Amino acid sequence: MKNEWPLYEVFIRSKNGLEHRHVGSLHASDAEMAIENARDVYTRRQEGVSIWVVPSSEITASNPENFGELFEPAEDKVYRHPTFYDLPHELKHI
Amino acid sequence: MQDKLYNYLLMLGDNSMILGHRLSELCGHGPSLETDIALTNMSLDLFGQVRSYFQYAAKLKAGDATEDSIAFLRTERNHHNALLVEQPNEDFAHVITRQYFFDQYHLLLLEQLCESKDEQINAIAHKSIKEVKYHHRFSKTWMKRLAQGTRVSHEKMQAAVTSLYPYTEELTKANAVENEMFNQGIGADLASIKSVYYEEVDGLLSNIGLQKPEEGFFYKGGKEGIHTEHFGFILSDFQYMQRTYPNMTW
Amino acid sequence: MEHSIEYLEKQFQDRIDRGENIEAKDWMPEKYRKTHIRQISQHAHSEIVGMLPEGNWITRAPSLRRKVALLAKVQDEAGHGLYLYSAAETLGISRDELFHQLHTGKAKYSSIFNYPAVTWADMGAIGWLVDGAAIINQVMLTRTSYGPYARAMVRICKEESFHQRQGYEIMITLCNGTEEQKAMAQDALNRWWWPSLMMFGPTDAESTHTEQSMKWKIKRKTNDELRQQFIDITIPQAEFLGLTVPDPDLKWNEERGHYDFGEIDWTEFWQVVKGFGPCNKERLKARNKAWDNGAWVREAALAYSEKQSKESIRKAV
Repeated sequence: MKNEWPLYEVFIRSKNGLEHRHVGSLHASDAEMAIENARDVYTRRQEGVSIWVVPSSEITASNPENFGELFEPAEDKVYRHPTFYDLPHELKHI
Repeated sequence: MQDKLYNYLLMLGDNSMILGHRLSELCGHGPSLETDIALTNMSLDLFGQVRSYFQYAAKLKAGDATEDSIAFLRTERNHHNALLVEQPNEDFAHVITRQYFFDQYHLLLLEQLCESKDEQINAIAHKSIKEVKYHHRFSKTWMKRLAQGTRVSHEKMQAAVTSLYPYTEELTKANAVENEMFNQGIGADLASIKSVYYEEVDGLLSNIGLQKPEEGFFYKGGKEGIHTEHFGFILSDFQYMQRTYPNMTW
Repeated sequence: MEHSIEYLEKQFQDRIDRGENIEAKDWMPEKYRKTHIRQISQHAHSEIVGMLPEGNWITRAPSLRRKVALLAKVQDEAGHGLYLYSAAETLGISRDELFHQLHTGKAKYSSIFNYPAVTWADMGAIGWLVDGAAIINQVMLTRTSYGPYARAMVRICKEESFHQRQGYEIMITLCNGTEEQKAMAQDALNRWWWPSLMMFGPTDAESTHTEQSMKWKIKRKTNDELRQQFIDITIPQAEFLGLTVPDPDLKWNEERGHYDFGEIDWTEFWQVVKGFGPCNKERLKARNKAWDNGAWVREAALAYSEKQSKESIRKAV
């Protein structure tokens, strides 16, 4: 509808040392208000030390229909994982 | 001396309590969900402050006094909030303007109370000032938005400023209790607050294109317990349970 | 490669059967989308309308402690409405449209909020019974198939854990108080008991959505199962308070391992659902009034933001 405040996605860092995580969305007339609203809506219980807001319309997402070509090729590349390599059990710190 | 301090705490607490009450009336009725939540946060902050002030006051009073007996069992003439905070939620323009006029004062007041010689007041001020900085930022930003948003919002803001500005002077006009508290190094120096207050408020109003009323008349009386007619209705709501069912635990 | 709808629907059902979550951009049957918009928005509306009966008592709360707890609780409900509207919005409908559906009476919300909160004890009964019933439903929904809905429910359940305790504590205090207070508590239980049981919806035999909802894992238990679960855990809590549940047919059935209970007044249920509960009109009127009174504020904020962004573009050039 024409006068709706745009939607923003909210990311919160719960404490220093951790990354920002997506927590949800909200409406605000601009980014400044979005930060304030995010503070009031998503950090009422000390959930955060830092907030990012991004207009939802600015997010470009991969298409789930391309799941196969995007993500399945990684499936058989087991050599990228440490467990692929066989080492004697008695060996430590490796 | 304890009497003066007690009365000073009532003044501090009553401002937060009555403004918190007005904001609490809006819970569930705000212009957007986000704004509704924000207003309630401010109300909760203010009631938190009330509890700190009144718990301290109850200790001074000794006997059976509790935060609740102080909050719920005084009559009109024994409440000492400024008239500004009891003004009704006419519309959102009034809500924001009342809030900003109070927040600007509240912030300057708490800055000084952070230096108070009274340990408890000092501690309460340190905790509250963080909350009030946010209130101030919130109300000031909304003042700008609404004053410069649409023609309609501008007109509503002008009407709110015209009706509420005359209630501002009482905030910074010291009465006997406040003077005494200042002299003892406990309370704030309202004279010094006054000049900064009007620099800020008048500066903002002129920046965002709002006029303060031409006549320099001001209302007062709240601090001495002489309130507007709105006040009795506030108390009949606020005290309803305690008056209807006296001496019970809830 | 184009797939037939039948093929896609089969794939979709297989994913759900495997316990996978469905996310916003995934292909989904139109009916799944519509059902979710309907259910999530009804849930959101219930939170928002649910603010009103308790909101009425905030200004009259009997102590400062009760006042801040109630304020925080009602505020949480606004937050929960917001999370749920956000979840619904991922399905391609705007919050304003959802509000429009609510305000015009097109959308439904939980009928329980069409009952009046007439005494302070109702704050206890609502927290204890209404939130108690809601929690049972909501815990189940944290495992629902639609990702955004399930995540909103996780957040909500975490925050709501204090709501029911808040209500029950009010009840305990009243029941340990004077005769008058205890009578007030009993009266509130009498009035809120049956409407709380109705919150789980019509019986399984009458419920039109249950089968499809179970298939899509929107629901994992039927209305009757959830209702029974609620009764079984609530009766001992009533006994602890020394209150009597207003149902002469209520008794423990050793064989079933559950409480038997009396017939719910379904005529009343349908009457309230159809808009003729004690407060339907007041609730919608209050919501409409808040929304209409806020219109100029929302417009002004948007106009201001647009002016600001034009201004910053002008300065940049």
